Amino acid sequence: MNWLKIKNLQAVPLSHIPRLATDELVENMLDQIHTGKRLVQFFANQSGKDLALYTVLADDADSFLVLAAAEVPRSKSFASMTPSAPACHLFEREIYEDYGIMPAGHPWLKPVRKGIAGIEGGEESYHFFHMAGEEVHEVGVGPIHAGVIEPGHFRFSCTGETVHHLEIELGFQHRGIEKLFIKNRRKPFFLLKLAESIAGDTVIGHTGAFVNALEALSGTRVPLRAESIRAIALELERVAVHLGDLSALSGDVAYLTGHSVFAALRTLATNTSLAICGNRFGRGLLAPGGVYSELTVDVVAKIKSVVDELEEKTELAADVLFASASVLSRFEKTGAVSKKTARELGMVGPAARASGIPIDARADFPYGVYASFPVHAFSLSTGDVFARAYVRYVEILQSLRMIREQVESLPNGKIRRPVTDLRPDHLVVSLTEGWRGEIAHIAITDKRGQLCRYKIKDPSFNNWLALALAVRNEGISDFPLCNKSFNLSYCGFDL
Amino acid sequence: MFELIRLRKKHGDQAIPDLFKANLPTHYCGFPILDESKCPKKCRTCQNICPTGAIEINPLQIDLGKCIFCAECQRSCAHEAIQFSNNHLLGAADRKLLTIATGMTAASYQETAIKARKEIHRLFGRSLKLRQVSAAGCNGCEMELAASNNVNFDMGRFGIDFVASPRHADGIAITGPISKNMAPALHDAYKSVGEPRVVICVGTCAISGGIFSGSSELNRDFFSAIPVDLYIPGCPPHPLTIIRALLKYLGIE
Ligand code: SF4
Repeated sequence: MNWLKIKNLQAVPLSHIPRLATDELVENMLDQIHTGKRLVQFFANQSGKDLALYTVLADDADSFLVLAAAEVPRSKSFASMTPSAPACHLFEREIYEDYGIMPAGHPWLKPVRKGIAGIEGGEESYHFFHMAGEEVHEVGVGPIHAGVIEPGHFRFSCTGETVHHLEIELGFQHRGIEKLFIKNRRKPFFLLKLAESIAGDTVIGHTGAFVNALEALSGTRVPLRAESIRAIALELERVAVHLGDLSALSGDVAYLTGHSVFAALRTLATNTSLAICGNRFGRGLLAPGGVYSELTVDVVAKIKSVVDELEEKTELAADVLFASASVLSRFEKTGAVSKKTARELGMVGPAARASGIPIDARADFPYGVYASFPVHAFSLSTGDVFARAYVRYVEILQSLRMIREQVESLPNGKIRRPVTDLRPDHLVVSLTEGWRGEIAHIAITDKRGQLCRYKIKDPSFNNWLALALAVRNEGISDFPLCNKSFNLSYCGFDL
Repeated sequence: MFELIRLRKKHGDQAIPDLFKANLPTHYCGFPILDESKCPKKCRTCQNICPTGAIEINPLQIDLGKCIFCAECQRSCAHEAIQFSNNHLLGAADRKLLTIATGMTAASYQETAIKARKEIHRLFGRSLKLRQVSAAGCNGCEMELAASNNVNFDMGRFGIDFVASPRHADGIAITGPISKNMAPALHDAYKSVGEPRVVICVGTCAISGGIFSGSSELNRDFFSAIPVDLYIPGCPPHPLTIIRALLKYLGIE
């Protein structure tokens, strides 16, 4: 197999990417997925008359990626891989929706973002799976949900309280981000701000992937001090959201002490981000070539003291949380996803780690400071709400330690270097590990060195189906709990 | 048991005791102070760099309804004609009032931006229940709205809350630039709220489309038919910005 072996953030000339026949690409993909490689990206790109499919697969254990492309045949169709490799299901649907390339034999060829039921001009109306049976009843929730959260539609097929099938219809948040990237490619500052708004809860994760991609394409070396500050911000983002989710999980099982204690701890984390860059979610911090905000002596002192406080209080609060019988009885064995299922779906992030798959882009495809400050992916095997909650707890402590290491060994020097022109006709795969898991951006430049394709994958794209499977045979009242334990992104998926 | 007591004791009282005295750090980007007299003739640096088209020249103006407070204009201006203060009181009851010009101060802005109305105070001054509708919001504004009601900011102390059903609500708080795909649901939610009802736009995307205003995937027709009662700018607005704007609007402050 002559696929191109690459590393994370290695810009490669388009001419080096092997061009296969579509059948060959499909066959190679299946072979590799069935022998343990993981699908990172599978997307189409039209440049001039050339319509091609691109695939990126990961060998997580040996830390490399492989890449190949295929020209789309005139028939504009290829044999769907989904029946034997379910991880492909959404990628194929997306390719069909955006480029009309048919994955022939796809068992579930529904809209991804553009066919919302009842919307005029929607390409097709959305048809929910219908479960037959006299006692089956359906429960529809959304797009607007009970809480202050993003929209999406959930359709449950139940008998009594038991959920047999959940179908999740997304796309309500679709803002056309990938198109906006190309439309505004001459305005780098606009793109930076756009990257910050891909998912507002993952500002550093997504913007980090974007600036890393630009730096790789231009060959810009980021100052060491800036890399440290970026890592502090990324870990702080992880800490803040995980704490917020532990709070929400506590609230969902009516454990009110945890609900308020973890929420207050989250505020400490977001306010530290405010102290660093003036925004509670890290907006305005990252710049192509470095960061905008210097860490002053005062801010460093503040970070250190917050890390100490968070460590002590989180441990105490988690000790109480995970020792409470009433909490454990709701967390344990609820919403379990087996390792086998997690692999088949190509799950990523803490949800994958909770199901026994210890993958983490920081460890497997290190970038920035993670090459010299290794992260050890912590995993459990039960794949239930408990495991997802506990993995997040352990990750909070890991991230706090990482932040401490970074502030204690903060390199001196500048925090930003100018970014030069992007190399023409190149492609780069940029992976970061956001708090939800692997974020994969792919940037392609044209012959003038302008972006001509910007492909974004939020970890939610891999994980939403796992949530739908997790709630099967559970009581419908456990849905909010399962949902929170994943806390997937709507806008990150909808783009 | 003892651990739980220890935890609760450590947790202590988290609510900010006096929200009216709370201030944000000095480098926080809040109300901008403009001084056109410093602008060289024909300079358009800030206007050209602004990602959302929030800046007008001759006279120099910033539209807070479009601004995402990225401070790039301040950074790019060699003449210090634009200086963001850390003043977080940004809400306004009228779209036009969001335009900031030379000579305006945070204090002068606040005098005119929101005028408390008697009937609003009478109807909602002791209890305002809102249905939040995220219409393609990136979860930034949503998280700050949720934070407004957390243990620290505790907006509930003023009787302001979010409710699950629009039927239980006195109004809607909209976030996001309004995608085509959410436009019908937003209309439905609005229609389901009993009259009299208020409409509040939270965040720059809701007010103007923000960074997404050039997207072909939006449908902002909602605003051509339905009047907005309160605008809360920011990307996202800080919980204190949200709460103080609501309090002013309700005549509580
Ligand atoms: S701070 Fe506001 S006005 Fe200034 S450049 Fe940014 S968006 Fe434009």
